[in-house]
Amino acid sequence: MITLNHYLIVSGILFSLGLAGVIARRNILIIYMCLEMMLSAGNLALVAFSRFRITDGLPDYTAQSLVFFTITVAAAEVAVGLAIIVALFRTKQSVDVEAVTKLQG
Amino acid sequence: MPPLLFYLFVLITLGFGLNVVIARNPVTSALSLAVSFVGLAALFLSLDAYFIGVLQVLVYAGAVMVLFLFIIMLMDIKSEEAGGRSSMAAIVAGVVVAGILAVQIATVSGKLPFSGKTTQEAALKLDEAGARWEAKGKENLPTISRDLKAGELPDAKLMGETLFSKYVFHLQVVGLLLLVSTVGVVALSKREKEASSQS
Repeated sequence: MITLNHYLIVSGILFSLGLAGVIARRNILIIYMCLEMMLSAGNLALVAFSRFRITDGLPDYTAQSLVFFTITVAAAEVAVGLAIIVALFRTKQSVDVEAVTKLQG
Repeated sequence: MPPLLFYLFVLITLGFGLNVVIARNPVTSALSLAVSFVGLAALFLSLDAYFIGVLQVLVYAGAVMVLFLFIIMLMDIKSEEAGGRSSMAAIVAGVVVAGILAVQIATVSGKLPFSGKTTQEAALKLDEAGARWEAKGKENLPTISRDLKAGELPDAKLMGETLFSKYVFHLQVVGLLLLVSTVGVVALSKREKEASSQS
C-alpha cells in the first residue's frame, strides 16, 4: 500500500535530482529549471503531510495554503530571474555561468 | 489511487525530471520539465489536493514553462550549449552530494512516527466534518457543509475559506509581491542606453 513514506521518498529523490542539476550544469537556464524542480519537491512533501495529518476529518489546509503561497512566490521569482538572465545575456552574449566572473577574487 | 497508477506517475515525474538534468538541448529540458510537472500534479490529485493539482498544471506546466521556452527561443542558445561541457569535478560533486541527500531523506522519513500510515488508515471523515461545519451556524458558508454531507470533498471552497479568513493578510502581501515583481521585471528589461544616460 502507498504510505506517507512513499511520497516523502519521491519528494526527496526529486529534490536531489534538482540539486544535482544545480551543481553539475553550467547553463544558467537549466540551473533555473532545476531550482523550480526543487521547489516542487518541497510542495509535494507539504501536500503529503497535509493529507496524512487529518484534523477534524479533513486534510490540514494550513499546509496547502503554504503551498499556494510557494507557487505564487515561485512564479514571481521566475519572472524576475528570467529578466536578470536576459539582461546578463545582453551584456555577455552567453548563458554559461562561467562567463560571469566579475565578482571572483 | 491504486498503487499501479501511483508508481506510473512517480516514474513519469522522476524519469522526465532526470531528463531535465541530463539533456544537452535546453528545449528538451524545458519540455521534459513540463511533463514532469504534469506527473507531479497527478500525485497531488492522488493526495486529494485537487486545487493545488490544478494550480500546478496552470501555473507551472502552463505559465512558467511557456516563459522558459519563450526565453530559450528568444536567445537562440542552441549553439552555446554545443561548445561548453560541464567539468568532470562538477558532475561528480553533483551526483555525490545529491546521493547523500537522498539517502539522508530516506533514512529520516523512515523514522517519522506516522510515516507508515497508509491512505486507508488516514481516511477522510467527511460526515463528521460536515456536522462540525453545520454546527458553526448559517453564516459559515452552508455550501461547504452541504458538499461534505453529500460525501464530496469541497477542496477549492475549503482552500478559499482558509485563504480568505485565516491568511487574508498573507494573501495581500503576496499580491503586493506580484505587483513589485512585475514592476521590477519592467525596470530590468529596459534598454541599456536609457539606464546609462541617467546614471
